[in-house]
Amino acid sequence: MEGMAGTKSRLTWAVNLAALLLVVLWTIPTLGLLISSFRDRDQIAASGWWKAALPAEQNEIFRAPPPETAVPEGAAWVLDGNVFGEAGGSVAAFGLSAREPKAFAPGETATGRAGDTLTVESDGAFRITYPEAPEAGRGDRIFVTTTTPPRLTLENYETVIVAQGLGRAFLNTFTVTIPATVIPILIAAFAAYALAWMRFPGRALILAGIVGLLVVPLQMTLIPLLRLHNAIGIDKGYLGIWLAHTAFGLPMAVYLLRNYIAGLPREIIESARVDGATDFEIFRRIVLPLSFPALASFAIFQFLWVWNDLLVATVFLGNAPDQLVMTGVLRELLGSLGGEWEILAASAFVSISMPLLVFFGLQRYLVRGLLAGSVKGG
Amino acid sequence: MEQLAFASATIVIGIFGCVAWFWGSNWLLDRALPPRGPHAGRNIGRAARVRPWLFLGPAVLILGVYLVWPVFLSIWLSLHDAAGQRFVGFDNWRWLIADGKFRESILNNLMWLLVVPAASTLFGLIAASLTDRLRWGDLAKSLIFMPMAISFIGASVIWKFIYDFRGEGQAQIGLLNAVVEGFGGNPQTWLTLTPWNNLMLMAVLIWIQTGFAMVILSAALRGIPEETIEAAVLDGASPLQIFFKIKVPQIWGTIAVVWTTITILVLKVFDIVLAMTNGQWGTQVLANLMFDWMFRGNDTGRASTVALVIMLLVTPIMIWNIRTARREGM
Repeated sequence: MEGMAGTKSRLTWAVNLAALLLVVLWTIPTLGLLISSFRDRDQIAASGWWKAALPAEQNEIFRAPPPETAVPEGAAWVLDGNVFGEAGGSVAAFGLSAREPKAFAPGETATGRAGDTLTVESDGAFRITYPEAPEAGRGDRIFVTTTTPPRLTLENYETVIVAQGLGRAFLNTFTVTIPATVIPILIAAFAAYALAWMRFPGRALILAGIVGLLVVPLQMTLIPLLRLHNAIGIDKGYLGIWLAHTAFGLPMAVYLLRNYIAGLPREIIESARVDGATDFEIFRRIVLPLSFPALASFAIFQFLWVWNDLLVATVFLGNAPDQLVMTGVLRELLGSLGGEWEILAASAFVSISMPLLVFFGLQRYLVRGLLAGSVKGG
Repeated sequence: MEQLAFASATIVIGIFGCVAWFWGSNWLLDRALPPRGPHAGRNIGRAARVRPWLFLGPAVLILGVYLVWPVFLSIWLSLHDAAGQRFVGFDNWRWLIADGKFRESILNNLMWLLVVPAASTLFGLIAASLTDRLRWGDLAKSLIFMPMAISFIGASVIWKFIYDFRGEGQAQIGLLNAVVEGFGGNPQTWLTLTPWNNLMLMAVLIWIQTGFAMVILSAALRGIPEETIEAAVLDGASPLQIFFKIKVPQIWGTIAVVWTTITILVLKVFDIVLAMTNGQWGTQVLANLMFDWMFRGNDTGRASTVALVIMLLVTPIMIWNIRTARREGM
């Protein structure tokens, strides 16, 4: 028995560790970008985000003022200053040449070829002394290794929301998403009721059609629909994208809702019919309130899908700031400033904040919807 | 702000319009064929034949115009020239078969089809069976599921940062290169490293889809009857034997569903490739090729032909789905 218990606890350990490894692997990519979105450009370039909590070390070259500005002091000429200027920081090491930028510790005195000396304190204050009156020329180069304390900032978010137009894009995304989520639900709910509780010829055909349309690639529809929109004068704009998203969401909506509504207890609906209620009344008074969980599931799906969509928005909306959605902004940023991670990271997080909120807040409905949509046929 | 007002107005008009349609058409129907009076019986019968179509009308109309008709127009367009004017027969199809980028896309799509559904399902299965045994399993599930909520383009930013490459002498800020360097390897520009860069792109989709597979498979695993497992335990089966010989065979159906769902998604994969490499360095896929010909090539004939290829690849799954649904009595 003891042996059994031993293996069992060892197994529990292994399971815990393996699960932890998976969770870490799956969260680290997001975490990395999240942390980076709070660091400024220099910090991001100087060290990996996993060192964000440590002081950042950086090699810099500082050019001292021209030698002729040195003032006589005793037998020598002296030049005082601070490598940080007004800003603060601390010096970890300094040197006189590019080959040995870290040759001296702060407070030590380095002696140059001409007998001049250099001292850099850890707060950045430096003193250069010349044994003789120096000739005019360019200032000496001082190689310093600075450490900046870990610092988090919200500046990136300010920048992207105001300067990069992400604030406007946020509004645009809302404008696209809300109608594109609400309208298909209503249309689909009526259709789902008819398919679940009314008998008529052609029902099986329509059901099969809906299941088939679930997987039709959007790519198929883009060019024809763009031509259609141009032909009937909708052109590129919100009306067009609402219609497109409504249509693309409908098969899933009808499918999910029909499965749910068909599963409602037969007695309730039959007894209402016997009492003389019309289909319209049954739908409004009984079916709609009872289907709330399914409606919520689909609403979350559609919201996430529309909010996160790039393809449909690129095709059916214009490129001007008044129509560019957040995924579109992100794509433009990725293309134009591939290296400016502070901007990219903050932008990405502004755009995924809303889906993440919805996800963590309404996960239960999301899971329920996934199970209803996929376990059968899907 | 003005625009939000516009959107709110649309919601109101949309909802009002829908309600007006459903309510109004019902009302009219009851007026035209009153379920009372001398012909009540006949009227009720007739109204019952019309009413389903009032309920279904808007949905059928929108689906017809926005999803069914485009399929036929695409076939027509694929037989016409770049501007959709002149009939060119099968020229677009001949061009397609000879085109190097198309072959590259098909091969890449096949690689995606082999790797992504398999890896996502496998990781999902592992994650499901691990987290179901833990006290903190729900939290673990949430975190693995989370990438599902992130847009493909957002995920591309996240992963491009991981693959970031810095020149010699600079600190590597991309996690992958930092790890490689930590083990004494040489940092790489991962996204230009053909053919491995394809795997780098696939990793993004696997990362997103594992949560989906996990949620579905976890529900299926919980649905397995306890007795079958208890019997196996009594017979002295090891945990691994129970998993592979008792549990997995009982959820084959669900595994197939997860697999095909991800397969369809993979066939349409677009945003990730567009954002990370835009099809350069040997990473082109069909959906992005279609987008290229549509926007940069301005050639509706060729773009429609590529779209039809995607459609053809999806068709077997579509037929299989319809057959399954009908068998299940839908």
